[in-house]
Amino acid sequence: MLSLSGLRKRFGATVALDGVDVEFAPGEVHALIGENGAGKSTLLNVIAGALAPDAGTMRVNGEPYAPASPLAARHAGVALIHQELSLCAHLTVAENVLMGLEPARPAWGRFWLDRKAMQREAARLLESFSHPDLAPDRVVGTLPIAARQVVEILRAVAARASIVLMDEPTSSLPREDVTRLFALIRRLKASGVTVVYISHFLEEVREIADRYTVLRDGRSVATGELTGVTNEVLIAHMVGRPVDALFPDRAPAPAEDVLVEVTDLVAPPAVRKASIQLRRGEILGVAGLVGSGRTETVRAIMGLDPAESGEVRVHGKRLGKSSPPRARLAAGVGYLSEDRKGEGLALGLSLADNITCTRYESVSTHGWLRRRAQRDQTRVWLDALAIKARSPWQPARTLSGGNQQKVALARLLHQKADVLLLDEPTKGIDIGSKVEIYRAIVDCAARGAGVVMVSSYLPELFGVCHSLAVMCRGRLTPARPIGEWTPETVMEAAIGQ
Amino acid sequence: MASDAVPSRSALARWLVTLAPVIGLLLVIGVFALMSDAPDQYLSVRNLRIVLAQTVIVALGAIGMTMIIVSGGIDLSVGSAIALTGVVTAVLLRGGHDPLIAIAAGIAMGGVVGILNGLAITQLRVLPFIATLGTLGVARGAAKWLGDQQTVNVPPTWVNELAVTFPTPSWLLVAPGVWLSIALAMVMTVVLSRTVFGRRVFAIGSNEAAARATGVATDRVKIAIYGLAGLFFGLSGVMQMSRLRQGDPTVAIGTELDVIAAVVIGGGSLAGGEGTIAGAMVGALTMAFLRNGTQQMGWPNYIQEIIIGIIIVLAVAADRVRRARAGV
Repeated sequence: MLSLSGLRKRFGATVALDGVDVEFAPGEVHALIGENGAGKSTLLNVIAGALAPDAGTMRVNGEPYAPASPLAARHAGVALIHQELSLCAHLTVAENVLMGLEPARPAWGRFWLDRKAMQREAARLLESFSHPDLAPDRVVGTLPIAARQVVEILRAVAARASIVLMDEPTSSLPREDVTRLFALIRRLKASGVTVVYISHFLEEVREIADRYTVLRDGRSVATGELTGVTNEVLIAHMVGRPVDALFPDRAPAPAEDVLVEVTDLVAPPAVRKASIQLRRGEILGVAGLVGSGRTETVRAIMGLDPAESGEVRVHGKRLGKSSPPRARLAAGVGYLSEDRKGEGLALGLSLADNITCTRYESVSTHGWLRRRAQRDQTRVWLDALAIKARSPWQPARTLSGGNQQKVALARLLHQKADVLLLDEPTKGIDIGSKVEIYRAIVDCAARGAGVVMVSSYLPELFGVCHSLAVMCRGRLTPARPIGEWTPETVMEAAIGQ
Repeated sequence: MASDAVPSRSALARWLVTLAPVIGLLLVIGVFALMSDAPDQYLSVRNLRIVLAQTVIVALGAIGMTMIIVSGGIDLSVGSAIALTGVVTAVLLRGGHDPLIAIAAGIAMGGVVGILNGLAITQLRVLPFIATLGTLGVARGAAKWLGDQQTVNVPPTWVNELAVTFPTPSWLLVAPGVWLSIALAMVMTVVLSRTVFGRRVFAIGSNEAAARATGVATDRVKIAIYGLAGLFFGLSGVMQMSRLRQGDPTVAIGTELDVIAAVVIGGGSLAGGEGTIAGAMVGALTMAFLRNGTQQMGWPNYIQEIIIGIIIVLAVAADRVRRARAGV
């Protein structure tokens, strides 16, 4: 029995949890559902001891529960199965499943591994989850992703956890493995274990869970039995927020000529089939759940991830399958990464370098940088996007997230890209910066650029896009004019209804 | 759904991958035998004894280094530790102490240096590269201090016979140090594969966060790894002293690079999680045969340095290709 009351957690200015009250009963599968960014993963991390809440209390079987670390949570019988796998790729299945609990021979201060007991114990656990690829001796690094997920789950079973937290365990599993996973979850449930299950897929939630709690904007807004509630009601709870008036006037209707044509792009494992037709002046939104393959699609168009098949044409010219990102950049394609710190900006370099680096020839002569030109051109962008900065020479690191994001966008504008691939352009930034970025995007389109905008935030897609396509499990639906969509139909397409 | 599993390769292909370092070693021996004017001399038992005796110091160090590299660490202080432990042993022998006590003190000093490395890495949170770079200086300075900036001569005892090319009694065939190295390599192979400690060394090198999350006391294990490896470097220092028949505080500069190279040529990955003692031994032999071969050919020292440098890069490049195929 795990009960949460009044849990709050903020990261800087962002409120991740804003009052969560839930009771999880023993022997139940409890689904946590909500949109991306609703606070589900934060909540699991708080329960698993990876994050400390700012306010609120947790109780396990009536006793106060405030784990100081993941290890403490583990000792209290709480196991988190991560979305990102945390396995040792070089070790065997048995060694991974029993890590930290290795059976040892009693002699010599438990120095020698009891390999027989290890094999036996691992085999016993594996038996409950018969999977063709799983043998105790198999090295984890050689397993398919789905089988690795199973190893991770078995690790929680081996630790005899009484509360198992699963963060989208099926996002990378094929259907037959989902069936096996559900059989295992039912077995856990039957033995009195509480399973907290995060998933976006409502049909899956209905298949496995008994009760649900909807999180929205960090708050628990609804809870109850799954039988007796319709998907429409659940979706309304998940979506139910007003569209703010923070969007600029829509860009003029797109021209007829096609800028980019992507045909049957396949980039396994994330992208199974995606086709895009982008016209001059068009803003095309791509909605979908985290992990549905949206990011991978734009990365494949940019040449950052290898495509297996399919065709990408820019200005009618076909880009070779192995043409590198720099060739695509030269063809006029610009890419804004969702991972601003990791690959979007060089945080240690100056704003001037960050903005001008994709087109250094504009500020250099025979390879020599002209500092003055670099400074002047940077200032133009700082003003145009209202970037709050002291000097073009200050490191990008010293700006706030919103201003950093504007610098990243300024680079694409300076690059004179006429195809903008924007992946979560307003992720994790303040409202004021969002408004500037929407305005810049709409201006670009008005000047004749084509924009592909990937976003998890539906209101902004509805606010600025001309048309919208939805990604679901690696497949992109055909784009339709934005007026033909509603938040509910987008959600239904995203969860594969 | 597309799977990212490795297509199961044939048993032959797997053997070829495992045996790659051995094939490299045989290649080196073969090439020198073909080029040599007197191949029977190069391939003689006598020459083999010479090579083995020369390998002892690097081989013992490589046993300890394998553990460290498998755990995802590195130790740059090996050369200095060898000098320091050699000087400690020599000073005690000169002072008339029992050889066993002198040797034990030398080995223990190696362990102390290792534990200091482990403490700096785990408690001060200094990267292994930096922590051991610091110890490299500290241990070298301590050796010079202890030796009063001079070599320390030792009285003739059996310690001086540990790493000789032609041992007495002659039925030993090779130096006692060689037999000791072989025995310790076998013991440590078993420790790495059959003990809880050994598997945790691999777990930390493969994914330290995962190991910590599953309750492995990663700090304690790391201190143990560096401490235990230090004992091997200490033993290596005793062998070095034995070969020189004196404690020299300026000896073994750069030996850590030979030791690391041995582990890497033998299939160890500096990214952690991979490596075998047997491979490291083959790597140490490969370098010893290269040295010996170039000497026999009468080539200047710099040729030997160039060749070893190239071999190290090629060995790691081959490892990269192999890892890319295995998808690890």
